[in-house]
Amino acid sequence: MNGIRLYWRFLAASVRAQMQFPGSFLMLLISQALATSGEFVGIWALFRHFGQIKGWTFPEVAVFYAVINMSFSITEVTARGFDIFGPQFVKTGNFDRLLLRPRSTPLQLLGHECRLTRFDRFLQGAVVLVVAAQFVHLDLGVATIALLLATIAGGVALFAGIMILQATLSFWTIESLEVANTLTYGGVEASQYPLDVYVPWFRKFLIFVVPLACVGYFPVVRILGHHDSLGAPAWLCSVSSLMGFLFLAVALRVWRIGIRHYCSTGS
Amino acid sequence: MAAVAGSLRSYRSVFAARFMLMLQYRAAAAAGFVTQCWWGIIKVMVFAAFYHGAAARQPLSFQQTVAYVWLGQAFLMLMPWWGDPEITEMVRSGNVSYERLRPLDTYFFWYARALAWISARMVPRAALMFAMVALLVPLVGLRQWGLAPPPSPRAAALFVAGLLMAVLLSGAILMLINLLVVVLVSDRGPSLLATQTVTLLSGILVPLPFFPGWMRTFLFLQPCAGLADIPFRIYSGNLAGRLALAGLVQMAVWITALIAIGRRLTERVMSRLEVQGG
Repeated sequence: MNGIRLYWRFLAASVRAQMQFPGSFLMLLISQALATSGEFVGIWALFRHFGQIKGWTFPEVAVFYAVINMSFSITEVTARGFDIFGPQFVKTGNFDRLLLRPRSTPLQLLGHECRLTRFDRFLQGAVVLVVAAQFVHLDLGVATIALLLATIAGGVALFAGIMILQATLSFWTIESLEVANTLTYGGVEASQYPLDVYVPWFRKFLIFVVPLACVGYFPVVRILGHHDSLGAPAWLCSVSSLMGFLFLAVALRVWRIGIRHYCSTGS
Repeated sequence: MAAVAGSLRSYRSVFAARFMLMLQYRAAAAAGFVTQCWWGIIKVMVFAAFYHGAAARQPLSFQQTVAYVWLGQAFLMLMPWWGDPEITEMVRSGNVSYERLRPLDTYFFWYARALAWISARMVPRAALMFAMVALLVPLVGLRQWGLAPPPSPRAAALFVAGLLMAVLLSGAILMLINLLVVVLVSDRGPSLLATQTVTLLSGILVPLPFFPGWMRTFLFLQPCAGLADIPFRIYSGNLAGRLALAGLVQMAVWITALIAIGRRLTERVMSRLEVQGG
């Protein structure tokens, strides 16, 4: 059985388990999606009051919000194994069992749990995107949709990379570090607004260190057909989401270094 | 009289014990601090961009908004987002029935624990945050991004009073969440509801004065305003004089009312307690 087939098998098992109580699951998902929309209400209030932010309107910013939340949601659903890696695998020594199996560890951790309830963020983002698209007159051609899908895919890869780095750290720290939340949840927060809102050093951080702008700001500027005040050429905006995959590749390399340093805590 | 003093002493020791226990989680406090700085910086930059090119007259000046944001990060742990995790655990295991055996008023026993839990998580983080944004940030030349001191000693004194009352208020709200957890035998729904309501209505998500005008009277009068909005605006001088006093009175009324409601509910809930486990 190849890796992808095995991953689907893992996924199906996890989904089946959570679907044992479909009614309860659906209610939980919907109520969570409604409840967590408070953040969007906050953005709405600010735009109602101020009207615009550096020339960006509310529907435009809503597209930034939607895209980054959809990306992060998919990572949250699938990469749970890395999220809880410190306390549940390193601290308990359970990682030893994973190492004994003849499959790569990232694959096994990805398949560890598929947390469907975290899909609420995706639903919310999708609703916001559909509504906002009516206001910004998105040209819904094949090219736009392809770019949108590529952007979300790049975002998923980037957030997965962050979670893998967070998990790698726990080879040394044992416990999981809450600091990584600055890059995951904090990254979502930062990417909800266009990049030119921030001061130069913060922009550089979001472009070159943790390339959140490459999977959010630049491609969305292209999708919106908006003028980029930072002067990035259009072709660059179309391909910048590849940076997410590059980040993931680097994270996987670091992960391998981490494994070499792994010293079991189990007995 | 001696009996009252005696039971007060027991509530005080409950408070002290829990406070010391919660202070042990230093690593969590440090990690939380970094996260809160990051969020604060993002929010300050977003507000700077909003203020850039906005009309001169705003319900809060930029400096007051910055103070609001940083105070919100410093006192994040003040918010009653969840019920007391130990009580949730007791409800889950059925041990909550032992609480009936204690020769103490269950409400005030739990309330003292809640106050300790809130203040012990709040104090170290708030101290670190104040050192950072009131001293360090202005020192490195980012004065307009830092936390300015209150405009007058009077504002500072009223803020301290407001903050102490906010702790009492937060404890009273937390007790209502606890009771909901006891009734529902699950903390999932109550925490989801509480987190969202408190985040939105206290003002830590978006300062309440930025909500549309027709909502403002309601927003000022609802209980969550006392958790952040009222004390923070007193700090920056945005609520001064009569309005500041009105804010403190509003808080006092809610604290009294919520404690009275909570106490009545505790009696009802605890007198027909259903427990799980065996």
